[in-house]
Amino acid sequence: MNEILKLLEQDARLTPEQISVMLNRDVDEVRAEIEQLEKTGIILGYRAVIDWDKTDREYVSAVIEIKITPQRDRGFDYIAEKIYNYPEVESLTLMSGGYDLSCVIKGRSMKEVANFVANKLSTIDGVLSTSTHFVLRKYKYDGVVYGVVEKDERGHDFI
Amino acid sequence: MKPYSELLSRAVLGIEPSGIRKYFDLLDEVKDIVSLTVGQPDFVTPWHIREAGIHSLEEGRTYYTSNSGLAELRSEISKYFARRFNLNYSPNNEIIVTVGGSEAIDLTIRTVVNPGDEVIMPTPCFVCYEPIVRLSGGVPVIIETKQKDDFRLTASDLRAAITDKTKLLILPFPNNPTGAIMAEEDLEAIADVLRDTDILILSDEIYAELTYERQHVSIASIPGMRERTIIASGFSKAYAMTGWRLGYLAAPAEIVKHIFKVHQYAIMCAPTTAQYAAIEALKNGDDDIAEMTNEYNRRRRYIVNGLRSIGIDCFMPQGAFYVWPYIGSFGMKSERFCERLLYEGGVAIIPGTAFGACGEGYARISYAYSVRHITLALEKIEKFIKSL
Repeated sequence: MNEILKLLEQDARLTPEQISVMLNRDVDEVRAEIEQLEKTGIILGYRAVIDWDKTDREYVSAVIEIKITPQRDRGFDYIAEKIYNYPEVESLTLMSGGYDLSCVIKGRSMKEVANFVANKLSTIDGVLSTSTHFVLRKYKYDGVVYGVVEKDERGHDFI
Repeated sequence: MKPYSELLSRAVLGIEPSGIRKYFDLLDEVKDIVSLTVGQPDFVTPWHIREAGIHSLEEGRTYYTSNSGLAELRSEISKYFARRFNLNYSPNNEIIVTVGGSEAIDLTIRTVVNPGDEVIMPTPCFVCYEPIVRLSGGVPVIIETKQKDDFRLTASDLRAAITDKTKLLILPFPNNPTGAIMAEEDLEAIADVLRDTDILILSDEIYAELTYERQHVSIASIPGMRERTIIASGFSKAYAMTGWRLGYLAAPAEIVKHIFKVHQYAIMCAPTTAQYAAIEALKNGDDDIAEMTNEYNRRRRYIVNGLRSIGIDCFMPQGAFYVWPYIGSFGMKSERFCERLLYEGGVAIIPGTAFGACGEGYARISYAYSVRHITLALEKIEKFIKSL
């Protein structure tokens, strides 16, 4: 696996200078490689990992299982595009198994989510059925454990 | 009643507690410091290993094991020695599972040393060898390793230290605190000095998995050395298992037979839960080691580069997770430098003299910390140095 990607995935704030030292590589080379990774769409962005539950923001999120009819020539992509273009949609993935698309949406309230499903999602041509599950608590997401603040409890008098 | 100083063992009264007490007392006192002092991994034991320990408790495995440790664990340790270091030790009578590498060191010294025996130890080194040797009535013979030799033990220094009374050589590589290693050719040279003597070797290989530019070589794999070598090692550093307190030693059966008695009477057996976790570590933990070593290696380059770029002369360590920068050029004794860095700079590092008199002029900095933590510390150290 690309070492630069691995490092940036852990900490997107690392600078090319820091990365080049850690990997024992030339800094210009690292800078060029990162640029290339951005250009080719392998690195899509850099952002903070935020636990919104600890803020005063009120929101609900839901996972919606969607069954659809694939379209001639366009497969699942056409309907997927129609769905992911809604800004409420946080993630959308094509799944194997009992349903086709897994959609995570975030809204201000349950009512807002319900409206989205009833008025926007279900009315799309080709959407056969939806099944909505509200998220109660986020334990771990994208490799990050939520709700735990790490503390260094190591004894320091062992040398 | 008489004062305790007259009642207690003279040997124990004669040794000092580890570290530089005064400095460690300061550490507890000063708040909001960025510490680079810790001598243990910042990783948590990988979950599959912790889970194996938990499972053993759920299964009710809360009894003592056999004195020398679970047969399956000894068998895995034996396979590990063969797989990683090309060494052959019988799981039946050449391996003892101990309470950390520390117990292995203690047992070995107590088994080997008679009063008056000389024990050679290269310094700077881990703090336990000298007091344990003294408790056995042995006489520590210090060799000071030097930066010009990359802090390796040289054959000529060793030869010069040997007398008729020399019983044991302690070989602490990869080294805490310098990060020095002994490469195969260095060990060959040491072996040439020892081959025609009756000197035994205690090879402390607790950091064997943490080497960065070449694989660790054990002196026991050099011809003629196995018969005189006791290897002390453990799970603490390689698998981030310090708190489990689990180590082991390996030596020829005729030596282990006697070490075993000390272990049997003093300890009985190592903690059972930890032993089950260790089986899992050895069976499925090679990838964990690789990943953690890789991460230490990046930090090693990062911190050495950082120190050098703020004008601190720093030997590039080859093993363990410490750097050993030279701070003598700032015109202060090590302890004074560290005290001022703590008070004025807000960073804690350990004065080199904690690891022997030859540590004067140096300090030990641990990189068992996140890159972000190291970055913060480096910024503070730079500010402090500029203020001098």
